[in-house]
Order: sequence, then structure tokens, then C-alpha cells
Amino acid sequence: MTTPHNPPTPRPVAQPAAAKPKKEVLKEDSMWLQKEMINGNYHDLAIAHDVGRKVSATFVPGNLNELLMCFDFARSLPETNALQNGMRKKSGKMIMDAEREGHSEDVCTYVKADLGMMQAGQIGPTGEKLPVPDVLVLSYTGCFTFMKWFELIRQKYDCETTMLHVPYQGDGKISDNMVQYVVKQLKEEMIPTLERVSGVKFDIDRLREYMKESVKAEEDLVAVLQSAKNRPSPIDGYFGGVYYIGPMFTAFRGTREATKFYSVLRGEIEERVRLKKGPITPEGEMGEEKYRLVTEGPPNWTSFRDFWKMFYDDGAVVVASTYSKVGGVYDFGFRHDADHPLESLARYCLGCYTNLNFPQRIDMICKYIDEYQADGLLINSIKSCNSFSAGQLLMLREVEKRTGKPAAFVESDLVDPRYFSGANIKNRLESYFQMINQKRRAGSAEPAAAH
Amino acid sequence: MPLKEVVERCQALFEDLHFNAVRDWKAAQPGRKAIGFMPIYVPREIIHAAGMLPVGIFGGGDQIEVIQGDAYYQSYICRIPRSTIELGVTGRLDSLDGMLFPSICDVIRNLSGMWQIMFKDKYVRYFDVPQNFKDAIGGEYYVHEMEILRDDLAKLAGREVTDDDLRNSIKVYNENRRAVRDLYRYRSQKPWQAPTSEVYLVMRAGMVLPPEEHTRLVREYIAAAEAESRPKRDNARVVLTGSFCEQPPLGLIKSIEMAGCYIVDDDFHLVTRWHLDDVEVDGNPLWNLSKGFLHRSADTPSKYTERREDKGKFVVDSVRKSGAEGVVFAAASFCDPALLERPMLLEILDKHGIPYTAFKFAENTGQMAPIREQAGTFADSIKLWSAA
Ligand code: SF4
Ligand code: SF4
Repeated sequence: MTTPHNPPTPRPVAQPAAAKPKKEVLKEDSMWLQKEMINGNYHDLAIAHDVGRKVSATFVPGNLNELLMCFDFARSLPETNALQNGMRKKSGKMIMDAEREGHSEDVCTYVKADLGMMQAGQIGPTGEKLPVPDVLVLSYTGCFTFMKWFELIRQKYDCETTMLHVPYQGDGKISDNMVQYVVKQLKEEMIPTLERVSGVKFDIDRLREYMKESVKAEEDLVAVLQSAKNRPSPIDGYFGGVYYIGPMFTAFRGTREATKFYSVLRGEIEERVRLKKGPITPEGEMGEEKYRLVTEGPPNWTSFRDFWKMFYDDGAVVVASTYSKVGGVYDFGFRHDADHPLESLARYCLGCYTNLNFPQRIDMICKYIDEYQADGLLINSIKSCNSFSAGQLLMLREVEKRTGKPAAFVESDLVDPRYFSGANIKNRLESYFQMINQKRRAGSAEPAAAH
Repeated sequence: MPLKEVVERCQALFEDLHFNAVRDWKAAQPGRKAIGFMPIYVPREIIHAAGMLPVGIFGGGDQIEVIQGDAYYQSYICRIPRSTIELGVTGRLDSLDGMLFPSICDVIRNLSGMWQIMFKDKYVRYFDVPQNFKDAIGGEYYVHEMEILRDDLAKLAGREVTDDDLRNSIKVYNENRRAVRDLYRYRSQKPWQAPTSEVYLVMRAGMVLPPEEHTRLVREYIAAAEAESRPKRDNARVVLTGSFCEQPPLGLIKSIEMAGCYIVDDDFHLVTRWHLDDVEVDGNPLWNLSKGFLHRSADTPSKYTERREDKGKFVVDSVRKSGAEGVVFAAASFCDPALLERPMLLEILDKHGIPYTAFKFAENTGQMAPIREQAGTFADSIKLWSAA
């Protein structure tokens, strides 16, 4: 899946109270802190087997990070590896290598980037060699491809695999039957497998401690994401959003590093609100906020900065995105619950964005447009991703119909540079911004005409 | 009934994208209802037990021009959802009182929600099946899901769906499965007598006919085919796999046969052969359906393979059982389940020394020449190997 901008985690054998950031970072510098966390995690992965640590791999949606920490796993997230490789312009070759090996040009490029990386000796995004995972934690949440992805890795590397089937919210709700099904799988299948592979006995109190830590970070993340309700928005909830969700969606949720990161970040953002500042972009402070958008779909990673620039150059800020909910929907109230740890892991998985049905996804977008006072919806439709993309054109029409706000559609891919056409996207965006202007003019003309 | 008539009847049912057979069935008795379902599998027994007609919807094939459906999908998504939407928005599916969307892939999954939005007056359900195969885990979950379906359909039918109704329907479908197994066995023994271009139509008729009637039709076809005298050719015997959802056009199946292949097993209309043997009749019917699903059902790329060593086993076994000499892997373009499975399956076929060829199609593929050529070359090479 689609994920945020980073990876995994902790110090060897993280006890609940153990993990401390390696060095005191400057309060203002959440970006620096995140970079250190990411690189630290890649290093942890690289040395894991040397220091006798087992390695797990899992996906961003339905990522059971707190649980995996209970078994001291070094934690890898293949989607994140792929997108990191995409951002570093390394994924194109990996994808082509995988296609040469017989993988179809039609299927998700995350899978091919991952397999291509493994084929080429598992050199990770930071240049360190990543280990072959000891266990594939197949949290089958919100994406069909996940299942095949880990079957493919298992076939090639003979990794132990443990499946957690998370039912889809077909009728828009989480039933007790669904929760019980997931909890039973956790208890009777996944936890025993993780105990066996890691050699560590499961301690539910340890899980509770991590979850308490998660909640703190979750509170702060929600405050950060919702800060975009301000005018101007102090953040970009899509391009900037991928940095904000990074630690939460990957190997850090439940760690003290994450808690610290989110509290630092929240402080920074609240300061920006106080100063009435807009978002920071790769080129510094964004200029005047002209358009407020909601986005649906993951971003493109191979031309991430060029893509973002097309927005901020024109004064467009994304105030809310569905993508920043792929690894968990927290802004409608869900929090990990240390009093009901396994049920809460189940509900977390069941509630991830791509596990929501179509009417729920449309409701969410309409709500965002309303609550964040957005000018409209932009869909970035990803060729790789049927989970997100199949049906997005209906979504577009429904949202337009319900909100009366204009919507636009661009197409790209996650990590396959062959599918990013900057010129086309730019044209499309420019006409979209014009459309918003026209709508505004028409909107302000109406009452005048009435008099 | 003579063979020609049986086949013509099936052909007419296949070509009728207004589903008049369903309309007629409903008109024959007031209050009757029909429930559509998409590939791969739903427990049709529950629909039948509610007194309703289960109707398999496999897209529009190459017989309708998709005009509106294309406005719903990007170019990189397979054809079946767009032609299914076309069928829906043009009123061709009006005879259906509801639709079930099984958990086969994210396209059909999302289509379930689209259907909820687009056809608000119909019963629409995403039908999830377990990927955990233990009775106490996946079984419990699945029985519960089936109970929901049973209750929903009971409400729609305005009457209870009793355990006895279900047992009776299990019996009816066991009969149908037996007939279908006989047909598949017959074709695998005498593929020159029962070519797949016909068998396909006979099976597809089962997607719109009541099971009792389809069982009779299958038996009639076997008898009529056996009564014909048809020339036996020196064709290569192949298993065709990968076409479990979007269907290749009939012309493509004919092309493969004309190119020198006898298709002796396939994964079309898997719903009819999902249960590998009879589902237990006595006892709790939903648990019996669940046990059949969990322990004795077909394999397909949408189903999780629990153990690495079992990957591809179903296809390899099918090759062995049907005495096939090779595998044709025919997948719909952009079909995630099939195309993600493909490299694994082909590697396993390699390991077993089973020759294969692979290509992609779309339900409206018009150009048969390249496929005919590929299938022809494949058949020739098999013949050469077996001669060597
Ligand atoms: S199909 Fe979509 S959700 Fe699934 S792995 Fe690929 S990008 Fe992620
Ligand atoms: S053809 Fe494949 S991808 Fe398309 S709906 Fe069917 S299973 Fe899904």
C-alpha cells in the first residue's frame, strides 16, 4: 500500500520504558527528528540478524506495530521501502527488473519495486543491506494485493507467513462478528506464530503499555491534521501530511520516540497557527493561500516534489486527504484502547481507510470539504492501486453532486516513473484552479443578481 | 433433445443480455425474486432456499458496446466491472432484486459500494468469505455471514428460510454438482465429442437457469454429445486457467480449440464446481456449507494458500487428473488476482515439467489471430515433445 514517508524502528529489544531517542533534538525540529528515526530504523534492520534480532515485515494499513514490538522484532514495511526507493529515484529499475522476471506490467508497482529490490540484493533506501524477513505478518487489510505480495515473497524466500484476515466493511459498519473473527485469529494464530518465530513470550501488559503510548501520539497527530481547519492552514495535509503520518503509520506507533515526535510537531504547528503562517514547503514558506483542496488517493513518489510544487506555486494547499488515513483513521475518534488491547487492534485494522466501503469514503470526503471549508476535491488516481482507484470516477461525481464543489481527476503512479506525466497533470491542475475561480465568481455573482 | 438443439438453446441464453430467462422465470409465478451474483463464489443454496433464482453475472462479454460503463473506470482497470455497470444502467439487470459481490478482488469489492449508490432500491451485499480455514475461526465467522444473508433474503422473500429449506437446496445443488462433474469427466475423456466451446455454453446456462433445470440440461447434453459421432484429432490436451472472473469471448475459446488444443479442464464458472464433492445434507446446513468451503473447495488466486507447498497444487493436480499435457494461462488484462498469481504458478509448473503458455485477453478482444497463433505453436510444441 501506499504509505507515508518512512519506516521502522526501535532500539534492540525495546522494553516499554526503554526506547529513548539517541540524541536530544532541537525542539523546533520535527523533520530532523523524523529523519533520524527513519535512518535509525533502517540501521536497526540492517544489523538485526547480527545482533540476534528477528525481523518482521508488514503493511501500513492494519499495521500491528504495538503487537510486533511485544516480540522485539525489527520491523520492516515493504510499502515504505518501495516509496523511499521511489523518492530516491531507484524504483524504476527495480520495477523493470521484476517485469523482466515475469511480473505483469498491469500489477501494483509497490510489489514489483519490492521484489526488484530483493532480487538485486536487498539494498535498502539508505544503502544498507536489508535482511530477508523472518516472518511476514500478512495483515490483510483493505487491499487484495497484500495477500499475493506476501505469497510471492514466501514462494521465493520461504519466509514464515502469518495471515490476519480483516473483513471489509461492506455495509459500512464493524460488526461484533468481524471483531471476534479478527481477535480469534490474533489469539489463536498470529500471536502463537510470533511467539514461536521470536522466541519471546507474549505479555499483554507490555502491549497495553505500548498502546497507552500510541494514544498520546494519536491525540497529537489528530490535532496536527485538524489544524488545517484554520485559515490559512498551517500545514499541507497531503504532501506535508505524508511526513506527519510517517512515524504513526510505520514502525514507531507505540514508541516513546513517536510520542516525542508528535508532541514536538504539534508544538511547532500550534506556533504556526498562532503566527497565522501557512505551510512550509520544500522551498520554504508557502505564499498566499488561494485554494483549499481535499485530495483522494496516494501521491506520486517518484516526482513528489515536482507534484507538490504544482500546488504551492499556485497557492493551493491541501487541507485534508484520505491518504493520510490509510494507516488508521483517527480523526473520527478511534484510539487504541489499552483496556481492550486485542479488540482495539481488531477495530484499528477494520477501520483503516481502504477498508471502508464506497459510501463511507464519499461521506468522509464530503465531510472534509465541509469542515475544512475546501474549494473542492482533487483525485490523484493511481494506476497501481485498484483498492483506491476502482470507482473513483463515481466518487468524483457523487462528491460534486453532494457538495456543489468542483472536482478534478489526475492520473499517475506511486513508484513507476513511466506513469508520471508532469505536463499533463500541470495542465489539468491549472484548468481546475480556473474552474474554482469561475465557481467563486459565479457564487458571488448570484446574490448580487438577486438584488 | 438432439445435440444441436441443446447447444442452440444454451447459445441463445448466453447471448440474451436482457436476461429474459430470468424475467420468464419470475413471470411464471407472482412474487418470485432473483438475486444476481458475481464471480467467484457465493453459496447459491441460500438464495435457492429462499425460493429465489441465483443469477450469475459475468459482464457483457463482446456482445454489448460499453458506452456509459467506460465513464466509471480508468483505462487500467479490467473490463468486467464496466460492462456490468453498462448492463445495470441500461436496465438489462432490472429483473434482479438484488446483487451479491463476493470477495474476489478490490475491483468487485468497490463495485459493491458503487452498486449501493447507483441502485438504491435493490438489495446489495458485499459477501465476504473467510481466508482462515479453521472451523472455530474462519468457520464461525463464515456461518455468521451466511446467517446474515439468510435473514436478509428471508426478509426480502417475506418468509422464513428454514433449515429444511436449506437442506433441500443443498441436495438440489449436490445433484447439479454431480452432473457438472460428470460433464467435466466426460469432456476430459472425450474432448472431441464435447468441445469446450459447447461445454462452456452448457455451463453458462447454469448461471441463469434454476439448478434443477440446469442439471437436466447437463445430462441431456452429455447424452446428446455421446450420441454424435465426431472425429477425434491429434490435439494437445490442455488445462485452461486464469479465467475465473472476466470471461474470454467465446470466439477465443473456439480459437484455442481450432489451433489444436483440447481444453480438458478450466476454471470458468467456478461457482458450479466450488465444492469438490457433495456438501453434507444432514445436520446444520450452514455449518455443512462452511465445512465444504473451508476443507473441500476449489483453489483460485483469490483464496489464500495457507502453506507454501500447496501453492499451485490445484492446477498441477488438475493436469494430472485430466491427463493434460500442458497449461494455458489466460488472464484478463489488469486482473490482479490472476496476474499476481501467474509468476508463482508458472514457476511451479516449471518445477513439475509441465509445459505452459500464457496470454492476456479482454472480454471484448476482437483480434483472435495472435492468440490462435500462440495456442497453435504451443500445441505443436507439446506434440513435438511428446513425440520425442
Ligand atoms: S494495490 Fe494499492 S493498497 Fe495495495 S499494495 Fe498496491 S498501492 Fe498499496
Ligand atoms: S477480472 Fe480480475 S481484477 Fe477484474 S474484477 Fe475480476 S477478479 Fe477483479
